[in-house]
Amino acid sequence: MATILAESDEPAKPLANDVPEAVVVRFAGDSGDGMQLTGGQFTLSTALAGNDLATFPDFPAEIRAPIGTLFGVSAFQINFGSTEISTAGDAPDVLVAMNPAALKTNVGALKPGGLIIVDTGEFNKRNLEKAKYEVSPLDDGSLAKWDVLAFDISALTVEAVKPFGLGNKDALRCKNMWTLGLALWMFERDRQPIIDGLNAKFKGDKKVLADANIAALNAGHAYGETAELAGPLKKLHIEPAPSAPGLYRTVTGAEAVSYGLVAGAQLAKLPMFFGGYPITPASAILHNLVKMKEFGVTTFQAEDEIAAICAAIGASYAGQLGVTSSSGPGIALKGEAMGLAIMTELPLVIVNSQRGGPSTGLPTKTEQSDLYQAVYGRNGDAPIPVIAARSPADAFEVAIEACRIAVRYMTPVILLTDGYIANAAEPWKVPDPANFAEFPVTFLEEKNGDNGEVLPFKRDDRGVRPWIKPGTPGLMHRIGGIEKAIDTGNIDYSPLAHQTQTDARKAKVEGVAASIPDQEVCLGNTSGRLAVVGWGSTFGPIHQAVRRMRAKGLDVSHIHVRHIWPLPSNLGKLLKSFDHVLVPEMNTGQFKTVLRDQFLVDARPLTKTSGQPFTIAELQDAIGAYFDGVPGNEGGEVDADDVQLPSIKAVNP
Amino acid sequence: MNDMTPIQTTLKDWESDQEVRWCPGCGDYAILKAVQRTLPEIGADPAKTVFVSGIGCSSRFPYYVESYGFHTIHGRAPAFATGIKLANPELDIWLVTGDGDGLSIGGNHTMHLLRRNLNCQILLFNNEIYGLTKGQYSPTSRLGTPSPSSPVGSVDRPAQPAAFALGSGARFVARGFDVSKELSGVLKAAHAHKGAAFVEIFQNCIVYNKDRFEDFAAPKGAEGNQLWLKNGEPMLFGSEKTGGVKGIALNIDHLHLEVVDVFDGDWEKAGVIVHDVTNRAIAHMLVEMPFGPFPMALGVLYDDPRPTFEEELLGQDAKVNEGKSHDLAKLLAKGQTWKVSEGGPEL
Repeated sequence: MATILAESDEPAKPLANDVPEAVVVRFAGDSGDGMQLTGGQFTLSTALAGNDLATFPDFPAEIRAPIGTLFGVSAFQINFGSTEISTAGDAPDVLVAMNPAALKTNVGALKPGGLIIVDTGEFNKRNLEKAKYEVSPLDDGSLAKWDVLAFDISALTVEAVKPFGLGNKDALRCKNMWTLGLALWMFERDRQPIIDGLNAKFKGDKKVLADANIAALNAGHAYGETAELAGPLKKLHIEPAPSAPGLYRTVTGAEAVSYGLVAGAQLAKLPMFFGGYPITPASAILHNLVKMKEFGVTTFQAEDEIAAICAAIGASYAGQLGVTSSSGPGIALKGEAMGLAIMTELPLVIVNSQRGGPSTGLPTKTEQSDLYQAVYGRNGDAPIPVIAARSPADAFEVAIEACRIAVRYMTPVILLTDGYIANAAEPWKVPDPANFAEFPVTFLEEKNGDNGEVLPFKRDDRGVRPWIKPGTPGLMHRIGGIEKAIDTGNIDYSPLAHQTQTDARKAKVEGVAASIPDQEVCLGNTSGRLAVVGWGSTFGPIHQAVRRMRAKGLDVSHIHVRHIWPLPSNLGKLLKSFDHVLVPEMNTGQFKTVLRDQFLVDARPLTKTSGQPFTIAELQDAIGAYFDGVPGNEGGEVDADDVQLPSIKAVNP
Repeated sequence: MNDMTPIQTTLKDWESDQEVRWCPGCGDYAILKAVQRTLPEIGADPAKTVFVSGIGCSSRFPYYVESYGFHTIHGRAPAFATGIKLANPELDIWLVTGDGDGLSIGGNHTMHLLRRNLNCQILLFNNEIYGLTKGQYSPTSRLGTPSPSSPVGSVDRPAQPAAFALGSGARFVARGFDVSKELSGVLKAAHAHKGAAFVEIFQNCIVYNKDRFEDFAAPKGAEGNQLWLKNGEPMLFGSEKTGGVKGIALNIDHLHLEVVDVFDGDWEKAGVIVHDVTNRAIAHMLVEMPFGPFPMALGVLYDDPRPTFEEELLGQDAKVNEGKSHDLAKLLAKGQTWKVSEGGPEL
């Protein structure tokens, strides 16, 4: 979703001459077919064409799953259009299936009347068997409700790259570029940026690969020109989307988090230390930060998740901004160390790129099921501020906010993103870091006790202790995980000390609420029949569903919460001004529980744990159920086609 | 070790105002005093000195030293030390751990700290028992140790800390024991070594594993039971009182060390080898040398510095960063971008 020009209740109207306002394309192939690369390049060309867009890369956990298998299918979906786009789209209009397995696993989602492009070169007996087809779907009429364009992409690619003398295997690897060329033709895209990219990527003795790939790209494009006359293939021009003037680029959540952390450290005037350990889908943040060391970033790949957070806490203790990042299982391992950061009151940012759980769960699929872990998941009374990013671009601001809270309140902060946000790309109006308010840190340099003593745990009016860097003359002191005396921080297990410090830690974190903005309603009224309350990456589908239902005249509002803990001070009152509160989330109802607990509101869950984001249709369906018998409601009918089932039905048909 | 201007301090300056809470008679008191005696002698600066520990009796150590101190969580002190050192290489870090903390729950981190060669001193207090949790057998407890969790004797074979350290890639390995007068010298050598300096300190747990090391640590017969290694000097031990002067020789045919008798001081004739702290092969034999048939090898067993982790990592960063812009706004606007003006997008 790009920067929104203006909130609009206008329904999505088809444009003149039957050109839709948005199109969804899904590229699906074997995990070795380069579908993510194809999708990424197509995204770039789409962004350069000025369309708003959202993407959803969906790939298997196996790096190179056995070729041709159903579980080895890798897909990349992009939704782009001439209007505001905030989800990767429900049902694709176009499916590019590079082999039978890709067709089988993806065709069910395609809109009736949609276009299927298949590579017949891969529809041989062996691949059909691997995809568990008894008869080729190209021959048995099972694809009748769609337009099918079947031709031998493999052979066409091999033919196109013949002049470059590549082996058959290398020649076939250019298939994805051939397909991309065709897609670029379909949507009237400029090939030059892709060609420039290929020339930059393959240089020197690898130049032949650039030439071959460009030849394949051009051949795919040329094929579109010639095939147009005969087949169902049509050229479609999607007008640029209106967006605020400025400089744009595409950004993934992992990139935006990395940039935001660096910006946050700069605003705090601190060097940043990042301790990480490889884990899907969080590793991308480590990969991004190692390329940003000139911004005062030190990165450390630790021996395990625990060492990664402990080293980050060590760096914070020594006066840098410690940051660590992981996904659910790794965050669980970090729990004890988070407790130490809470106890010693040191700043720290912990990024959790959530994935399906528990245990190893769904490493490459998205979920929001670590909310309990973030808010409650430690031993003892261990309060920690928690904030959540709602989109790739939003992750930039949220990361800055996490840094601000961490250093202003001397506390660890958990930043929640998820696999979807981390991997998805969207256009981003490039922000100027200078437009963000600075929050420079001051370290204690002199003794702060009335009698000339060092008091590391003397709290200020916000309950925050001073940050003292080792190396500072005269301020030697000891800190640790054992309960501590008021002011001095010396070991003290006494009833008074534990009661006082537990209360102080709780009050300090609750006090963060005073420094965050009031909760706003992002679409609709501040009171009424139904509030749909979301957090994190459900923003896109909720926003679109509420927009569409409001266009039908229904009194529904969208509230999206960034600050999960502590919650904005006005949120309870706001929720109570609605008759109903619906909380869609990709877990079994965790935020709903927090809202009920904090505000005693009758928040109702709408849950989904299939590893896939919500579709707009299933949210519209759920919203509609609150308006049965209400004039203006169309009886819960939604725009969706019959393949878009709500999650429960989809998972347990 | 750090290159810093020596600071004038006394033992008293290194005593914090905290009441020491170890059991009376605990070996930790002697180690604390040895450390507090050593710090002034090496010109350490309390403001630049950080004691980092995990959990256990030994890990209370930082509270009692008037410097910066961080009492962290069980087994993870090496990871905290790594973050502290990378954030500020000027700090002089002493890591205090025990056999349970450093070799059981934290064995992984100890290994990685050593192989990376972070510049710090690691003091592993080995009392062969879990003290703070009331006497369970530890990873260094000898086979058959009866304890609350092994009433009929432990069956786990013990880890050998010095051998573990050397095997992990340590470039400095030394041994001492709590009440030894030589301990301060060992600590000084550890501090002088640039890189991870691993010191195993045998420590008497007066309550749960009393006098476990008396067989070699007792003053009586010490000469015959202790081999204090000194670089460039023959490996000699014992005296007429303990049954004659002996030495350590290398059996070339079978590639192992052996004890030989030395007559009339002619150690060369007896084949006694000269200690070379940079000889890694001999170091491997020394750390494995069993007490009983051999004396206990003490002092600096191995010392051969290599570039440190923080030098390598931060040095590489500095090189990579050379001449690069620090302008974040520029970075954000890099790559394939497009402009949207009032009239629509343009490339």
